[in-house]
Amino acid sequence: MSKVGIAAYGTTPFTKDDQKIESILHKSTNDLFQKNPKIDKKEIDAVLISTNNNSKYLSPILSEMSGIQPKIAHSIESLCNSGTNSIVSAFSYISSGLADIVLVSGAERYDSPGQILEWDNSRGEFKHPIFWASIFSKSYKEKYNISDEELAIVSVKNHKQASKNPNALSKKTYTVEDVMNSKKLTDDLKLLDCSRPCTGSASILLASEEIVKKYTDSPTWITGIGQKTTSAGFTKNTSLSSMESTKIAGQSALNMANRNISEIDVAEVHDAFSVCEPMILESLGFTDPGNGMDMIKNLHQTNNFKINPRGGLIGCGHPLGATGISQTIEIIEQLQNNAESRQTDNPKTGLIHNMSAAATSSTVLVLEK
Amino acid sequence: MSFEKELEQGRFYIPECLACKKLVWPPSEFCDNCNEETSLRKEGCEGKIIEFSRQNEEYFCMVEFGDSIRIMAKMIALPKKDQIVKISKCGISEGSYFFQVI
Repeated sequence: MSKVGIAAYGTTPFTKDDQKIESILHKSTNDLFQKNPKIDKKEIDAVLISTNNNSKYLSPILSEMSGIQPKIAHSIESLCNSGTNSIVSAFSYISSGLADIVLVSGAERYDSPGQILEWDNSRGEFKHPIFWASIFSKSYKEKYNISDEELAIVSVKNHKQASKNPNALSKKTYTVEDVMNSKKLTDDLKLLDCSRPCTGSASILLASEEIVKKYTDSPTWITGIGQKTTSAGFTKNTSLSSMESTKIAGQSALNMANRNISEIDVAEVHDAFSVCEPMILESLGFTDPGNGMDMIKNLHQTNNFKINPRGGLIGCGHPLGATGISQTIEIIEQLQNNAESRQTDNPKTGLIHNMSAAATSSTVLVLEK
Repeated sequence: MSFEKELEQGRFYIPECLACKKLVWPPSEFCDNCNEETSLRKEGCEGKIIEFSRQNEEYFCMVEFGDSIRIMAKMIALPKKDQIVKISKCGISEGSYFFQVI
């Protein structure tokens, strides 16, 4: 398989602004081109759009607005992991030889229809994500004897890290007490345990080895990809305290990269709700089952930004179609030592975990410089 | 297979494959195992509470029927894990199923 790298990226701040989806897609794409004036738009073979927005024909629209006439132009929707799934599609186009340069642009509005999976009638009247998150939280806390105060540390840590990220929705920092005193949504979930839908966009340019080297002196390579879908419906999850799709996707990505989890220096993981972060860290193998909160507490106490340096979904906000791409951009910046006050200690290998619909599907990428 | 027609009438019947007898969920005309047609097992059934939480004064529970069908259902009284329950109310409202157990 031929090598695929990331040559350029652009983003918008994540906000609660009421903007047209076409406009925010254009803003992050424009940011990419402004930062990389050497890129020749005529060479772009494919434009892939990651979004859950109901607007149609977005790839040709963005192409026209950006002055691109690609061979391949279409959208990709897979709820919350649309972003990394689009990156996998771009990788596939390039590694198969169908394309040499692919622009991937993801965007969402604060009122995205992708927040609720209407099809999943097994959830009865409890279709909003706060209900699966509450069931996960209750189950995880009971199984591993974890308190609400301990879980609140995830939100405290990720808001602290987001406060260093100029593009994050949240700039505030919080204490455990603040999280505990935030609005009670259910017996097992507070408002500050939740990521928030928002408006935002992120774009990256993937290219074959030869072209990446033409555009950048510091390319980032996608060395591992893992994907797994176990179901679409939340109630089909066999475990309520671990994530089967994440385990399988994580192992596949590490196998492809020929790496162990201990070699991952920095990671962005899909903390849609507080409980997701320890569950993901355990499912990826960063720590043993039940020890996720110990790892998170230690990282927080030592001010180590290894996990979710950009502030995670809880701190950054969660514009669904842009999230996986924004996570990927953070890992690129970390590997290039460009993450400013969020910078971890000279990372060489990074990981992105992006999932959908109560972890019924997961996508994991490994990036290296 | 008329799962939704029965549900609209307040009846919850488990879909089952006519050929291999697998319980099929979510309800579908065809079996996800052998692709044959399904029908409804027209008998009352008991479920077991797997997990629950509470929003305001109402509990919401994950309830398992026949070892493979799991739904989210409302419950008024305090649930217990592994408690055996029955559907007391169900239907379709604005395109979404709803279930209540006792």
